[in-house]
Amino acid sequence: MFSTTKRVLAQRGSEAIGRVAAQAQAQRRSLSVLAVLEQREGKLSAGSLSAFTAAKKLGGNVHGFLAGASVKSAAEEAAKVDGIEKIITIDNAAYEKGLPENFATLLVENIKKGGYTHVIASHSAFGKNVLPRVAALLDVQQLSDVTGIENETTFVRPIYAGNAIATVESTDPVKILTVRGTAFAAEAPTSGSAAIEAGADANAAATSEWVSEDLAKSDRPDLATAGKVVSGGRGLKSKEDFDKVMLPLADALGAAVGASRAAVDSGYADNSLQVGQTGKVVAPQLYMAVGISGAIQHLAGMKDSKVIAAINKDADAPIFQVADVGLVGDLFEKVPELTEKVKN
Amino acid sequence: MSALRILVPVKRVIDYAVKPRVNKAQTAVETAGVKHSMNPFDELSIEEAVRIREKKRAPGGVDDIVAFSAGPPKAQDILRTAMAMGADRGIHVEIKDGEELEPLTVAKILQKTVEKEKSNLVVLGKQSIDDDAGQTGQMLAGLLGWPQATQASKVEFGEGDTVIVTKEVDGGVETVKAKLPMIITTDLRLNEPRYASLPNIMKAKKKKLEKMTVGDLGLTSEKRLKVLKVTEPEARQGGGKVEDVDGLIGKLKELGAL
Repeated sequence: MFSTTKRVLAQRGSEAIGRVAAQAQAQRRSLSVLAVLEQREGKLSAGSLSAFTAAKKLGGNVHGFLAGASVKSAAEEAAKVDGIEKIITIDNAAYEKGLPENFATLLVENIKKGGYTHVIASHSAFGKNVLPRVAALLDVQQLSDVTGIENETTFVRPIYAGNAIATVESTDPVKILTVRGTAFAAEAPTSGSAAIEAGADANAAATSEWVSEDLAKSDRPDLATAGKVVSGGRGLKSKEDFDKVMLPLADALGAAVGASRAAVDSGYADNSLQVGQTGKVVAPQLYMAVGISGAIQHLAGMKDSKVIAAINKDADAPIFQVADVGLVGDLFEKVPELTEKVKN
Repeated sequence: MSALRILVPVKRVIDYAVKPRVNKAQTAVETAGVKHSMNPFDELSIEEAVRIREKKRAPGGVDDIVAFSAGPPKAQDILRTAMAMGADRGIHVEIKDGEELEPLTVAKILQKTVEKEKSNLVVLGKQSIDDDAGQTGQMLAGLLGWPQATQASKVEFGEGDTVIVTKEVDGGVETVKAKLPMIITTDLRLNEPRYASLPNIMKAKKKKLEKMTVGDLGLTSEKRLKVLKVTEPEARQGGGKVEDVDGLIGKLKELGAL
């Protein structure tokens, strides 16, 4: 396998001797993108389709990649996204849990085989875990949490908790990106008809083992993709009050529930609900911050929301500097009143 | 079980409470005269390493805790902090002021350091709060061919070099198991870092701090990414306040949010 790689590299090297312009043109013509999709128990994770959205923005041929115990139905669904040429599947239970040790090796094998110029995954727990490992194996400097694509080499990403925006050019032969879901809204599968093809199974050994998981069960919309989010902070005072005040409001609005780090650290809400630099980044139509002061780490996770509303008893809370509409008052009175009035 | 030789990489970053400003030339964030501290996730890494030793959690015990930083001369300060928190010694790969290393380069530097120090556990922060890349730990694991457990909220040790890690994932937690040697990256919920006490700060001054350069490790700090510009995000203007709940609902309807 190594000698083949060397041959391919040597070939690429001799090609590079050609005129720069011709080379650039050739590269453009051969632009091909691999979008790494996610699935659980055969069900396609809709959020991972943001990788397709970003891939289509780049242009060129777009292929999807799915690996797991039984990926047929997920592949069929992904194949319906418009403008996708091919879905590459690996049916093997060894990849079901997305363990980075074997999944990264699998991806590297398929990236080399397909000669992709760009590899994109959603900046989800899976993408964050696996893609940097892939990048290192390919000796490539990855770009994380990309929010904008200017052209095939130039990308935009937030740094310093979103307090600065960097425009970065990659000089690597293969560009490895994770993209922010809220910046590349996932497109629903409709009338596309991508071919489904089995990829190369690297059969790498997994050096870690999946033991168990404990996922928060909820009938409410998923936080990362919800159209409306109501989020509670330290002002809620206890878990009982958080549940009593925030959940009815969420249900009245059909919103997902979020929380500030303070609320999570105090045990009012589950870790997975944290919005901010170290939690989820959301950008819904409506973000309602209740009892949240608005620290920069929290703002990093929600300041791209369309409309921000804030309810806080401190009129000087920094959240009011970014809120489109603010109400100063006791949340224990105002939120139940709001919930009642929204319901009617 | 093997005794643990823990390597803890730490990074000097602009303090988390400071609001960063983009420089006039729009080439970077202004760092001169700005308060810097240890990256918050790296404090968790040091704390975890020290707790593993103090609580005797690893059956084979802890042989050595090395704090490591690749950074400008002042990165020494945070290495001293790490040693005051309980690290046994420090390694400083010094770079010039204003120079930045990309995660891939840092991972390669760490790979060399791991080999040199015979580390069998590397505990890193899940991301640094300046670049927000979240890559170094995974890249290091890839380069070494070691298992990785990212965003850890709990680390336990079993028999036969087994490490059981609970990780924060989208929607909840996941538990994975692997054998030493391995890479762990820390998440906020892992622990609460201690403050370095004054006597320990004094003691840390006497601990060994080894200095080297990127070149000493046989590496260069090549850049794969070229920063074309750095800008301020579009400022968001607050829309003012309303008097009561009816006003709030009215405004939200007007804005099309309800």
